[in-house]
Amino acid sequence: MSAVTFTVDADGIATISLDLPGRPMNVINEHLMQPLVDAIAKVQSDASIKGAILTSGKKDFIAGADIDNLFLVTDPKIAFEMAEALKAQLRKIELGGKPFVAAMNGTALGGGLEIALSCHCRIAIDDPKAKIGLPEVKLGLLPGGGGTQRLPRLIGIQASAPLILEGRELSPAAAKQQGIIHDLAKDKDELLAKAKAWCLANPKPVQPWDDKKFKFPGGDSRHPGTVQMLAIAPSMANAKTQGNYPAARNILSSIYEGGIVDFDTGCRIESRYFAELAVSQVSKNMIGTLWFQLNGINKGKSRPAGIEKQKTQKLGILGAGMMGAGIAYVSAKVGMQVVLLDTTQEAADRGKSYSTGLLDKDVKKGKLLPADKEAVLARIQATTKFEDLAGCDLVIEAVFEDRGIKADVTKKTQAVLGADVVFASNTSTLPITGLAKAHTKAENFIGLHFFSPVDKMPLVEIIMGEKTSPATLAKGFDYVQQIRKTPIVVNDSRGFYTSRVFGTYIMEGLALLAEGVHPRSIEVAGLQAGMPVGPLALNDEVSLSLALHVLEQTRKDYAAEGKVLEPRPGDSVIEKMVKVLDRPGKKAGHGFYEYPAEGTKGEKTLWKGLAEHWPHAKDQPAQQELIDRMMFVQALDAARCFEERVTTTVADTNIGSIFGWGFAPHQGGALQFINAYGPNKFVARAEQLAARYGARFAPPKSLVEMAKAGRTFVD
Amino acid sequence: MTDAYIFDAVRTPRGKGKKDGSLHEVTPIHLLANLFWALQDRNRLDTSQVDDVVLGCVTPVGEQGADVARVAVLYAGWDQSVAGVTQSRFCASGLESVNIAAMKVMSGQEDLVVAGGVESMSRWPMGSDGGAWAMDPRVNDKLAFVPQGISADLVASLEGFSRRDVDSFAAESQRRAAAAKAANRFSKSIIPVKDINGLVVLDHDETVRGDTTTDSLSSLKPSFEMMGQMGFDATALRKYTTVEKIDHVHHAGNSSGIVDGAALMLIGSKEKGASLGLKPRARIRQVAVTGSEPTIMLTGIGPASKKALRKAGMSAKDIDLFEINEAFAAVVMRAARDLDITMDKINVNGGAIAMGHPLGATGCIILGTALDELERTGKSTALASLCVGAGMGIATIIERV
Repeated sequence: MSAVTFTVDADGIATISLDLPGRPMNVINEHLMQPLVDAIAKVQSDASIKGAILTSGKKDFIAGADIDNLFLVTDPKIAFEMAEALKAQLRKIELGGKPFVAAMNGTALGGGLEIALSCHCRIAIDDPKAKIGLPEVKLGLLPGGGGTQRLPRLIGIQASAPLILEGRELSPAAAKQQGIIHDLAKDKDELLAKAKAWCLANPKPVQPWDDKKFKFPGGDSRHPGTVQMLAIAPSMANAKTQGNYPAARNILSSIYEGGIVDFDTGCRIESRYFAELAVSQVSKNMIGTLWFQLNGINKGKSRPAGIEKQKTQKLGILGAGMMGAGIAYVSAKVGMQVVLLDTTQEAADRGKSYSTGLLDKDVKKGKLLPADKEAVLARIQATTKFEDLAGCDLVIEAVFEDRGIKADVTKKTQAVLGADVVFASNTSTLPITGLAKAHTKAENFIGLHFFSPVDKMPLVEIIMGEKTSPATLAKGFDYVQQIRKTPIVVNDSRGFYTSRVFGTYIMEGLALLAEGVHPRSIEVAGLQAGMPVGPLALNDEVSLSLALHVLEQTRKDYAAEGKVLEPRPGDSVIEKMVKVLDRPGKKAGHGFYEYPAEGTKGEKTLWKGLAEHWPHAKDQPAQQELIDRMMFVQALDAARCFEERVTTTVADTNIGSIFGWGFAPHQGGALQFINAYGPNKFVARAEQLAARYGARFAPPKSLVEMAKAGRTFVD
Repeated sequence: MTDAYIFDAVRTPRGKGKKDGSLHEVTPIHLLANLFWALQDRNRLDTSQVDDVVLGCVTPVGEQGADVARVAVLYAGWDQSVAGVTQSRFCASGLESVNIAAMKVMSGQEDLVVAGGVESMSRWPMGSDGGAWAMDPRVNDKLAFVPQGISADLVASLEGFSRRDVDSFAAESQRRAAAAKAANRFSKSIIPVKDINGLVVLDHDETVRGDTTTDSLSSLKPSFEMMGQMGFDATALRKYTTVEKIDHVHHAGNSSGIVDGAALMLIGSKEKGASLGLKPRARIRQVAVTGSEPTIMLTGIGPASKKALRKAGMSAKDIDLFEINEAFAAVVMRAARDLDITMDKINVNGGAIAMGHPLGATGCIILGTALDELERTGKSTALASLCVGAGMGIATIIERV
């Protein structure tokens, strides 16, 4: 079956409808391109055809290029030729002398939008859910189908640069306002009718950039206004990315140089920058993890097979604090009935009002109808009575991190629902196997570790207790997908996976401070490494008193087992900060930083007293040394988790690190960091760091063996 | 090696570099022509004896583009055998011309050379020549480009110079310039700019404001704060990781003024001078250029001066007078620290904060100012130095004969 249906109507207008067999969406690959190329040739060669409408037989127009092929390319010459081949076809569309209209019946992203841009006219169905944009940058690439040349020539360099640099996706209405598309239609019939009318009215269209009198809207790269923008553009981009994303650099170069030369030369320049990115380590990291591994997770790779998918209908949430309230919101939003329980009605209501606040914002922004807001709120029942849990098919507790309280609510729930309903704990620190002892059927007990704020964080860490059954895992997994979050599955261990490894990043920052490294250098190194926040600021956010509490609890637990917790270099910093200096973190207004009083303007500043208590060492290490320490300490602990089977797939380990605690996305995750560094080189460097700074840098045995065998982390 | 001597130095007065500045109505070629005629007249110069003219121009576009040195030679009616070359070492171009001329003479390849520079900043604004450094994103990115004002504020932040510190430096520059102007200390070099009728257009430095005080400067808004916040501060602070925040202390009143102006200097060997009846005023003892970290950019004065001193077998203590270009107040204050010298030896007659910085000409102007002052006070040695774009430094040491 061909991916293209080609029809010609009585007025000589051809309709090229794309429908790639076997795929939910049209993607640009040879199965789509070959018949499309034939169709373009036919339009140009058949004198009876007056023009063509390019549309899609699927719900969406074209989702973009097929990443599978590109991911395998390691030779820049091949990548260059791929981009040039696509562009040659697009030139045929626009230079053939006959009108082509892109009838965009849905989402048009990346190469999909680039094909549309090569058409003389673009009309889209006015569906606010449809997305129009060039998101290649998110996978470390640039639009290699002429996107960096056509868009700036269409709407100007200044307007197009942020769209391409940030990979912004617009609704059709917004795209029209920006001048990217020409017209909107209310449905497919009107879309095709308008497209046809345009073809008939414009028999010999010329693209703006092929007009001899063409001028860049707002001026080309020589224009003083553009020069001024270009001078600060790298600084603005780097302020966000720390220069870790070569795609941003190449996109800017492509746009800038395209604004000096003619269109065709600009296209060739774009292909060269595209080729460099396509084979770059950063794009391989990002595509490998954020595309292939993420898709694998979302397709249920870690979900036990043979268990039917279950929808959670009614969810019970114990504890209406910050986490419980957030879980209630995301669950009610997707249509679940929610029982939100707390010890007082006031507390339960306060938890529900969290949803009211978020929904109000959406209504204000026009993203939500007031009636829909009411419907969501109506699904949340705030209560103090355990009897109200009756009928729940899943219960999540989000009460205080205290074994006694957790055991108590587990038993009270079981008294109402019996032991067969799956019971989940949103603990971030307490081992699940121990908590499950409060339940008569430990196989129905599981950990669902949410991240704060729940409505923003994309990950849920599912923790398997010793006895948790596959059916319980399936239930939890399905629930996580139901609330449109990404599930990773880990085994029980102190701190599980994410909290444990995340902690190493913060602790390394504290170790550096204790060694006398300038605190700002530490923070900058964290950002330069690609972490979203420096370790000291992060410790302030999660609160030093909480860190101290966890530390002391862990010491007690070890003591109870007759063991001694190995002191870490940062422990003394936490203790001194909380106990001696009374600087417990951001919430108190004082931590490593001094925070402006609530309601007042101003930025946080590093506490001047740090230098007194941790004097700056005379010789400050190079930034790269700090970066290496912060990245290696995380990657090594992730590798240890993998060795200890806390995590069981490379995909979960990588995605968990990026989505869970913001591990540098350009590195493709904590294990991919080792792959990209080169396992042998990584082991050598780790051993060097271990000799210098301690055993936390010693590479685990399995990693040393893997490196020796010349293997990398793959599932 | 042949010694190189300065026989004469002339300059235009400096006019405010805006459309209401007196020299805005004068072409850069005409600014130069006035000086060529003056040099010829004052020295009864047979121009056919000049080998070459080396001019600095930082924005060599439009009517100061296309090798303005050669064009000016011909327009001024000098002998057509006199060659001309235009170069740019950013803000050091005027002194670079002197150094090139000196080295031409020292090498024995040429005997008599005119050095100088020109900049009509009102007619051809800074930056109108573009440049890969700022406008090509991957170059800009690799070099961590920030505008000079950000660099100057970074210098102040690193050194702990407060707003009041830099403002009082600026007020002192104005005070010294006003005093020098009132005492006619620049009259030896200044050639009034005259129109084609011989009518005087400007005969004094136009931007000197002797009534400036630290307090009167305190109300001026920082010039680089907004662009810093847009992203340039972050770029600078990524390199300077122990600085938490850039304190934006510089503004129009404590930075070099934007002005129009030109300067020329006649340089040659003793023998050539003797044969033409020219009297050597000073010997050029040593020249030097250096490169240093480009984002902070403006710290080259110390290294360049030290390099020149070392090669000359001298120390800073052997220098009677320093002329250090006042690109920004903090630059000179930092240079004084680097060289361990006191303000009473630096820019005794004011500097570019008061009188302006016509980019291509300034280096030549300040060396001339130093020479005049040495002669007035009977002192012997002077060092002129400028910070330079993209992290360079330049220095020239002269000694009276």
